[in-house]
Amino acid sequence: MMAGPAQFLRTAWTVLREVSGDAAYENYAARDQPLLDREAFYLSELERRWSGVNRCC
Amino acid sequence: MPKLAQNLIWIVIGVFGAACLGGIALHRGETINALWFIAAAFGIYAVAYRLYAGWIVTRVLVADPSRATPALRINDGRDYVPTHRWITFGHHFAAIAGAGPLVGPTLAAQFGYLPGTLWLLTGAVIGGCVQDMVVLWASTRRDGRTLGQMARDELGPVAGGAALVGTLLIMVLIVAVLGLVVVNAMKHSPWGTFTVAMTIPIAILVGIYMRSIRPGRVLEGSLIGLALLLLATVGGGWVAHDPVLGPMFNFDGPALALMVIGYGFFAAIMPVWLLLAPRDYISTFIKIGAILLLAFAVVILRPELHMPALTQFTDGTGPVVAGGLYPFLFITIACGAVSGFHALISAGTTPKLIMSEKDLRLVGYGSMAMESFVGVMALIAACVLDPGVYFAINSSAGIVGATLETATATITSWGFPVTAEHMQELATAMGETTLLARTGGAPSLAVGMAQIFAGAFGQNLLALWYHFAIMFEALFILTAVDAGTRVGRFMLQDLLGNIWRPLGDTKARGPAIVCSALFVASWGYFLYIGVIDPYGGINILWPLFGISNQMLAAMALAIATTIIVKKGKAAYAWVTGLPMAFLAVTTTYAAWLKLFDPNPRIGFLAGANALEGKLAAGSLSGKALESAPQLIFNQRLDAGLTVFFIIVLWVMIIEMARISLRHVQGQTVPALSEAPYVDVASLPQPTGAGGH
Repeated sequence: MMAGPAQFLRTAWTVLREVSGDAAYENYAARDQPLLDREAFYLSELERRWSGVNRCC
Repeated sequence: MPKLAQNLIWIVIGVFGAACLGGIALHRGETINALWFIAAAFGIYAVAYRLYAGWIVTRVLVADPSRATPALRINDGRDYVPTHRWITFGHHFAAIAGAGPLVGPTLAAQFGYLPGTLWLLTGAVIGGCVQDMVVLWASTRRDGRTLGQMARDELGPVAGGAALVGTLLIMVLIVAVLGLVVVNAMKHSPWGTFTVAMTIPIAILVGIYMRSIRPGRVLEGSLIGLALLLLATVGGGWVAHDPVLGPMFNFDGPALALMVIGYGFFAAIMPVWLLLAPRDYISTFIKIGAILLLAFAVVILRPELHMPALTQFTDGTGPVVAGGLYPFLFITIACGAVSGFHALISAGTTPKLIMSEKDLRLVGYGSMAMESFVGVMALIAACVLDPGVYFAINSSAGIVGATLETATATITSWGFPVTAEHMQELATAMGETTLLARTGGAPSLAVGMAQIFAGAFGQNLLALWYHFAIMFEALFILTAVDAGTRVGRFMLQDLLGNIWRPLGDTKARGPAIVCSALFVASWGYFLYIGVIDPYGGINILWPLFGISNQMLAAMALAIATTIIVKKGKAAYAWVTGLPMAFLAVTTTYAAWLKLFDPNPRIGFLAGANALEGKLAAGSLSGKALESAPQLIFNQRLDAGLTVFFIIVLWVMIIEMARISLRHVQGQTVPALSEAPYVDVASLPQPTGAGGH
């Protein structure tokens, strides 16, 4: 019976980390041999993300 | 579940939604409960999503889950990342939902609750959601190409150029009008100004934390920022009442406009990590949190709406936005019903995250339905106010008079009783010196939200809720100002680079500063003129923004229609063609009235001529005399801009008709630029996690 709420919270936490970008470096490191450290990756992600239309009115 | 039972459930939901909408439309009592609106909205969105969107995806777009999306094919771990549909939905919704769906419905409440509700619901399910989903599909099939690139590829260089220039001008107007909303919210409000000003050092602090102290820890940084912002909101009350600090944050409109312009320039040339990105992280959390809180509070409180179904201002004499119900309702509410700007998001980041074509409906159609629901909530918050209070806040001094007594007497004479004492008590309860003539929509929305929050969570904190709502609106408006200026700078560099190549180098510091300054000067001009306008500025800027946004929507739908025809689905071209035709005709008619209507409050040219007449007759004095030449020039400039928008729109539509006709007649047209089919089964299976 307790698995339901715990599972829900785990899923919610995972979704929150994915949507917010908090898990971006882990995803990057899991995918490739990380060429960039956390800080360099974070900066390059921001530069990439904010080079186009990213927010609406 | 058997198909018959499934269909029966959807028929019941549809009948329920229609019955609630019918109840809203036919209700003629003094008040109506907000739950009717929530129920009608849910019923209509659900049925439209299940049946209409489902039909479009299957029959018109022929979405194919076996076809590999660019996220799967390219999958570079950066731009192209196969992402779970709910995470993509979250990204897309956070990107499209800004201040527009809050401000537009608030302004349109002047017509009564009914017109705005009907347009928000029908406009979204037939127009806005369809536009977002079809453009998302088209861009996903083209490796995430932008709207301008698709216009050039599918319609030719004329349409491509029109899309690029049109988009740049829309950016100018969007940033100007959002700047005006935030200036009007902070005008002579030390509490509001302090809270909004504090968002800058807080964002910088969070930016340093996320870059240098705990790199990339977005959630930690955002939570710290959130806590500090709530402290700043509480602290604002203390600052406002302090005899020394209070006056230091008390500014008039022009001073605040200059500050916002200066801020916009520095924010644009600062590194993204220092201000723009941390502000965006915090504002996204607050935006989604506040919207959920509002929805929760409305359901808990079930407030009564006091605004009538229809007001006398459907005849065009409205004090908030001048002009009749048709066409002005349809350009006052853009975001929330149909917003062309969404097409830039649907053909940008989102298509590069789509993992399967079966996700197009949830992400494209579903996100827009959600934004439309935000618009319905804003309309509820505005209509919960006593109509007299709503008009006192949203009418400019040039229309109702500059003093509490004259303003309340004028509004009472319209049939919406309100007293000077009540307005003063309300302002005091909200922690403000006055709420009179706070045009722009944000303050009245904040009062409505504060009353709903206080009703649901306790009456003692009205002033705090009001300033929380102001901070929440200002925070993401300033994010839009930062982000809009940055994108506008890139677009300007793209254009000017064709004239002198070094100006197009987006990495070089000099061209970035020059183009940022040029772009900020462009929107700053419209913002400043809006602030000094005695009619509140919003009366001019918001319709101009609405015209440009709906023009962009019609252009996006024209591109989508061309693609549908070229795919051999001409029989279904009405799916995007009908909303395009409605928007093109409505926008053109609105533009015609803004140009040539003899009423100086509606027609730009009549407004300029009337002011010129007063100037020549010597009947102006003081500030009105000083600002008159600028306002006359500006009204004529606005007229020129309106003509330009309409030319751009019809160039695109004529190109759409020409290319479609040629295709149907079997003549040569630019080839479909779709990426070739690749079977999902031939690729390695993705994990379904999101990288962004």
